[in-house]
Amino acid sequence: MSNLAHHLPALQVIVPMLTAPLVMLLKPSGLARAAATAASLLAFAIAVTMTVGVLDGGTFTYQMGSWPAPYGIELGVDRFSALLLLIVTGASTFALLAGRRSVDADIDESRQPLFYAAWLLALAGLSGIPVAADAFNIFVFMEISSLASYVIIAGGADRRALPAVFKYLIMGTIGATFYLIGIGLIYLMTGTLNLADMELRIHEVADQKPILVAAGFITIGLALKAALFPLHVWLPNAYTYAPNTVTVFLAACSTKVSLYLLLRFDFFVFQGNLAGHDIQFAYFLMPLAVLAILIASGVALFEQNIKRLLAYSSIAQIGYILLGASFVTVAGLTASTVHLFNHALAKGALFLAVSCLATQCLGLRLNDLGGVAKRMPWTAGALVLAGLSLIGIPGTAGFISKWYLITAALEQGSLGIALVAVLVIGSLMAAVYIWRIVESIYFAEPNADLSAVREAPRMMLAVTWLAALANLYFGLAPEVPMTLAASAAETLLEHLP
Amino acid sequence: MELLGLYYYWVFAVLLMIGFYAVIAKPNLIKKLIGLSIFQAAVFLLYITMGKVEGGTAPIFQDGVTVYSNPLPQVLILTAIVVGISTTALGLGIVVRIKEEYGSIEEHDIQKRDRR
Repeated sequence: MSNLAHHLPALQVIVPMLTAPLVMLLKPSGLARAAATAASLLAFAIAVTMTVGVLDGGTFTYQMGSWPAPYGIELGVDRFSALLLLIVTGASTFALLAGRRSVDADIDESRQPLFYAAWLLALAGLSGIPVAADAFNIFVFMEISSLASYVIIAGGADRRALPAVFKYLIMGTIGATFYLIGIGLIYLMTGTLNLADMELRIHEVADQKPILVAAGFITIGLALKAALFPLHVWLPNAYTYAPNTVTVFLAACSTKVSLYLLLRFDFFVFQGNLAGHDIQFAYFLMPLAVLAILIASGVALFEQNIKRLLAYSSIAQIGYILLGASFVTVAGLTASTVHLFNHALAKGALFLAVSCLATQCLGLRLNDLGGVAKRMPWTAGALVLAGLSLIGIPGTAGFISKWYLITAALEQGSLGIALVAVLVIGSLMAAVYIWRIVESIYFAEPNADLSAVREAPRMMLAVTWLAALANLYFGLAPEVPMTLAASAAETLLEHLP
Repeated sequence: MELLGLYYYWVFAVLLMIGFYAVIAKPNLIKKLIGLSIFQAAVFLLYITMGKVEGGTAPIFQDGVTVYSNPLPQVLILTAIVVGISTTALGLGIVVRIKEEYGSIEEHDIQKRDRR
């Protein structure tokens, strides 16, 4: 058993990656779905086991083929990556468990095995990024996950997904190529690709221009992938026109993984090496984060399509996460890391509820959904609960991270007061756009087209409620994500002078 | 003179910007993809040039040879080329689907058709 535990970081990637070609060959689509769900559940179990392991103290490291680092390829899982692995595998598992009807409605039966295969590749890529400890491996995993995501986003029947995905492909590739230029320049100066080794060796050449240029390329490239305002333009359409199950999966975790990588590079690799990096990082990110919160929330206020509304809300939440990071303090990074987790919970549950609505109703515009709560009370209930968590009502997970964000902002002195105002305004705007959804599904004139609508299938409802209740659970008992986030923040700031 | 001595970096930078310009400025989706390929190829060249050691030979152990080129960047770029090909292939696949659905591969036409 202990022998198997040693291989867990590798298995985390290998299980979904090797199941993918198998799933493609399984002909009845039910079998393909079952195999994909099983692989995703197994990946989730591995992530949970590793989380328990890192909570006991200690980290997982794995030398591929027993070649020692820095020349061999190293995999490593610490508390920060464990948190990300939980988000990624959890989102995939919840989405797959709930997704049967939704996928049946969106994707042709004969093409479902291919769809599930691409899904598993996306899962393998996304969980590979937190596991890898090697800059080039991270690039390869990033491209695996991106290419597979493009496929599953474009897999649906809605033709508008195609131009959306083309835009995502162009912008995603530019982001990844910028990252590749960045690590190329670092390799040129240091001759290493292993992150830990890189951190040490940059020290000798830290005053050279190429390192500064590399930091710029890597930060911008990853910000593009993470949909940081104003580089977010690919996100709303991609999330809106993707099949609903895909939106649940990707909205909960894909931008989070890029954010993780951004934090890891900027703090772990560059922070201790570049003079004034903390100030440059803060000055660059803080204004963009504030703009993201205010502008994206503002757009969400007027959006009619419920998926698009939530997509703009995601851009605002990315703003919150980066605002916490831009303080460059332990409190700020703890807040932003825990918000990674809590936002994934809230947005995952919201999009699950939306996919329940989508299987039963014809349209997803707010006036298509007038009075649907009478027909689908359970779905509506879960939607409201997850919405409260997104706003940050006490007792829900969202409150925990907003609270820590405000505490961290107050440490910033007079600037902090202005930032608290931004946080409060952002939350108020969230309350308004969630209220617009509530108003239309509960109190609007019942829409005549909805008179025959029935409650969503039981399995979907069960998973949606499980996700919604997780928001309550982690609001009342936030120890696990908090511990992971706090020690992630400490690891990231280790090199702060 | 120093600037000319670094000409291979100029090739990288100029190619990168040609590709980037095409991606941003061309409304035709195929031309955008061509731009993207040039953009990626520029980065491949950056990696390849950094591995070259002047007077160095292939890293095979033999008598009388002491200077070797670094093989690792070439290996890395093989992987990156595969990634680039897959991206281009997938992009072209999406363009074919767009042509089937919209009957056009010009950005403006596609946007107009969805607005109706």
